[in-house]
Amino acid sequence: MSIRYIYPEFEVVRNENRCIACRVCERQCANEVHSYNEEKNVMISDETKCVNCQRCVSLCPTRALKIVKSDCTLRENANWQNDTIKEIYKQAGSGGVLLSSMGNPKPLPVYWDKILINASQVTNPPIDPLREPMETRVFLGKKNGEIERDENGNLKCSLPPQLELSMPVMFSAMSYGSISYNAHASLARAATELGILYNTGEGGLHEDFYVYGPNTIVQVASGRFGVHEDYLKAGAAVEIKMGQGAKPGIGGHLPGAKIVGDVSKTRMIPEGSDAISPAPHHDIYSIEDLRQLVFSLKEATEYKKPVIVKVAAVHNIAAIASGIARSGADIIAIDGFRGGTGAAPTRIRDNVGIPIELALASVDQRLRDEGIRNTVSLVVGGSIRSASDVIKAIALGADACYVATAALLALGCHLCRTCQSGKCNWGIATQRPDLVKRLNPDIGSERLVNLMTAWRHEIKELMGGMGINSIEALKGNRLMLRGVGLNEKELEILGISHAGE
Amino acid sequence: MSEYVIIGNGTAAAGCIEGIRSIDSEGKITLISKEKYKVYSRPLISYLLEGKTDVERMKYRGEDFYEKNNVSFFPGISATKIDADKKEISLDNEEKISYDKICVSTGSSPFVPPFEGLDSVQKKFSFMTLDDALSLKEAINPESRVLIVGAGLIGLKCAEGIKDLVKEITVCDLADRILSSILDAECAGIMQKHLEENGIKFLLSDSATKFESNKAYMKSGKEVEFDVLVLAIGVRANISLVKNIEGEVNRGIVVNTKMETSVKDIYAAGDCSEGYDASIGGNRVLAILPNAYMQGFCAGVNMAGGEKEFSNAIPMNSIGFFGLHVMTAGCYDGECFEEKREGVLKRFFVKDNKLIGYMLIGETDRAGIYTSMIREKVPLDTVDFELLRKVATTFAFSNENRRKKFGGVV
Amino acid sequence: MKRVYVNEEWCLGCHLCEYNCAFANLGLKDMADALKGKKIFPRIHVEGDEKISYGVSCRHCEDPMCIKSCIAGAISKENGVVTIDRSKCVGCLTCVLVCPYGALAPSEEGTMQKCELCVKNSCGEPACVTGCPNKAIVYEERG
Repeated sequence: MSIRYIYPEFEVVRNENRCIACRVCERQCANEVHSYNEEKNVMISDETKCVNCQRCVSLCPTRALKIVKSDCTLRENANWQNDTIKEIYKQAGSGGVLLSSMGNPKPLPVYWDKILINASQVTNPPIDPLREPMETRVFLGKKNGEIERDENGNLKCSLPPQLELSMPVMFSAMSYGSISYNAHASLARAATELGILYNTGEGGLHEDFYVYGPNTIVQVASGRFGVHEDYLKAGAAVEIKMGQGAKPGIGGHLPGAKIVGDVSKTRMIPEGSDAISPAPHHDIYSIEDLRQLVFSLKEATEYKKPVIVKVAAVHNIAAIASGIARSGADIIAIDGFRGGTGAAPTRIRDNVGIPIELALASVDQRLRDEGIRNTVSLVVGGSIRSASDVIKAIALGADACYVATAALLALGCHLCRTCQSGKCNWGIATQRPDLVKRLNPDIGSERLVNLMTAWRHEIKELMGGMGINSIEALKGNRLMLRGVGLNEKELEILGISHAGE
Repeated sequence: MSEYVIIGNGTAAAGCIEGIRSIDSEGKITLISKEKYKVYSRPLISYLLEGKTDVERMKYRGEDFYEKNNVSFFPGISATKIDADKKEISLDNEEKISYDKICVSTGSSPFVPPFEGLDSVQKKFSFMTLDDALSLKEAINPESRVLIVGAGLIGLKCAEGIKDLVKEITVCDLADRILSSILDAECAGIMQKHLEENGIKFLLSDSATKFESNKAYMKSGKEVEFDVLVLAIGVRANISLVKNIEGEVNRGIVVNTKMETSVKDIYAAGDCSEGYDASIGGNRVLAILPNAYMQGFCAGVNMAGGEKEFSNAIPMNSIGFFGLHVMTAGCYDGECFEEKREGVLKRFFVKDNKLIGYMLIGETDRAGIYTSMIREKVPLDTVDFELLRKVATTFAFSNENRRKKFGGVV
Repeated sequence: MKRVYVNEEWCLGCHLCEYNCAFANLGLKDMADALKGKKIFPRIHVEGDEKISYGVSCRHCEDPMCIKSCIAGAISKENGVVTIDRSKCVGCLTCVLVCPYGALAPSEEGTMQKCELCVKNSCGEPACVTGCPNKAIVYEERG
């Protein structure tokens, strides 16, 4: 082998005693790892092509397959680890920027895992959610600062537009193009059934999905793909995408190969042309500019829909959020550095941005300090993995969470992190018709509904344990949280005490 | 309460009983059967000799078929005369029975030309009925040399059935090829070769002219010595009951698509009848089992006051010898498309944008798809005929048609 | 009555139904043990190409040609299910000649077999349906 050779990352282990040569693995692998040797009536594998998506493992009817991490090892050390060395080899071979997908995989702190939740004992007794009502509904949007009454003393009910969610979770932005029609169909149907919202991402809204409009957030990003009047009016809210947690500072990039058929039509760009969203919005260089766009969109939607501004969690996030709050936005969405992506430069994904936990805590604190917390709702995303992550986010001050990676996992994603290849064997991050149809939205939406239903149960359990019976009462209630293994500074930013305090 | 009489007890009769009972569960059904057996599958007699079935398993319907359908079964009795005016049937036991509706399903009988010296042959058999088969079985032994006159379906099935029970089998036929009624020369040649490889000898374009005890003198001048003679030259429809009362007959009893004969309240079905053949657009005797059942069923429904037409009958045959199968259907007078591969020969006959017939040898998987195309007169420009010629698949139909075919209740 | 239907839109052409069918009707415990090194004789078969595929099995017709045509009287319909008495079958293939769907095929022994909706084995629901990874094969009532 040559200097370019890199030993495969995974090994396909086939139990020959169990393999019946049914060739399902071969038919199901878009990477063409498996093939059949007719003469010997055996299956063979080419591991160099394996991305460990587990499709073959999942569909093998006799459990004859497993994929293991190769133990062929480079002489790594604490500084020069396997991946680091291999990346050098790849770049030395290609001369190109490394591309990756999904969220930051590096062993950086996951603060959710260092925060613990309280429970009631003796005084202030816990609530049993099976016996007593538990409110998981939330309303997102600008709230009035004070109660106003007219001359007769009646309440003035002039609330700005609100989004009603049955639980404090939404499916975050994933564009049609980066994910498939069937993935969108699954999300849209599930959101509708659950009484929550999903988000179009920056690729426009396929005409088939306008019927799900009341449960759709339509996004306006720097590329303005697929944005037109009907689109803006179709959704329940409009989101301006300023940044994305996985790749702060750069725009989305969908290769021309994925701009086919309905994707091209929905994005309103020619087939085969690369959809490159500019890094900035070319009309936004200040909070004042942002305010113009916010109000343009409000104008276009007759002030009936809340406007969300989504930004990546970066160093000055508290000041940025304060500016956004003052721009007239109804909701701020902040995307942490672990957020997923269909494709991002590896260096950016792995090194730019900050953890959502810290960003959330500091934004919430800053907005409170400035007395403008009620003028916006806060939605956070960037790897919310479970009901307990949701609870912790709410207690740190979020109004709701965005989830995407978890939703994709429910749809079958096995986090092989090769979305950029367009050959998603699970029919999610692909536009190849033969692959897209592997995701039957009947199954997909059912699994999403199952997942969220499970989370909702867990959220109620966790709240009940704390003696809290509504999301509203938990919001910003940092006394319910304690840190473990965190230093003073971290605790200070998170605004929580250490466990035992 | 209606009185139905069914004369004959083959497949058509069984169909007729089920047809009547699908409409009328009350009416009285009388079944006159010349044979003493309950309805059995005639075409299985060769398989019986081959050992692939037995008398018990050959029963066409369950043991309680007559009881369940409330049928009065008269075994071993023949009808001798129908009196259409008095609505009466005379039986060979001197009895008379009355009827409202009759189904004549008397089948056919072997046709034996007046060979010179045939009387001098001791062991000679037809091969039509269970009794024929049982007596043939009695007569043969591992040392027997058997001469079968007639290389049609019956003669060859007989040959296959007794192949392992006898020493030698010779089949002769006046035609220049075997299975001449359904196969062309090339297909027949393939099958003949296969049969020869399995030990059957043939004398074609040749037939016996004279018999002398254990010897046949052939037209060609050859002499064939044999121990057992099977006569499988052909069959004649049993039409006399209807012919004798001036009902319209031809080679069979003429029926319309409702299985009505020209005589009021008399229906006919099965091998004795001559019904509409959609493949030629006219009447002819289609002596095949599926046809017998469907004609019988149709007759039964109409006899019981229902409305049924059977208008898409076509000739079709599935026949195999020693593992090699041939399937044929329809007629062969259109443009021929051929598909030939090692061990496989398929011929498709096309006329007016429709498949009208086929002949398959070696590969017969899913041939019913072709058959249905003939029966349903599917326009060939709506299907991928090129693909169909290679392989029988519903994938060759238009997406819309296929989804309709598979999507609903059929 | 409930029948097996295939939604072409979701069929992946993975052929798992064929293996699940073959396995279900062998009555063995372990699929690897049952099918290892063997040719399978499923009662459903996948047709189509890379783009469109679908499994074909017996439609259990209202008016089944196979029953009317079987020369041995081996095919019958019980409770809406067209079943074949393989002890009576002599393998003449007349049912193949007449089935418009191509739903019958010989078994390993040469006698014919067809989908019997898994009523004669211990699967409960048809094995092709429960084993289909994409709900492309469904067992349901249609008008």
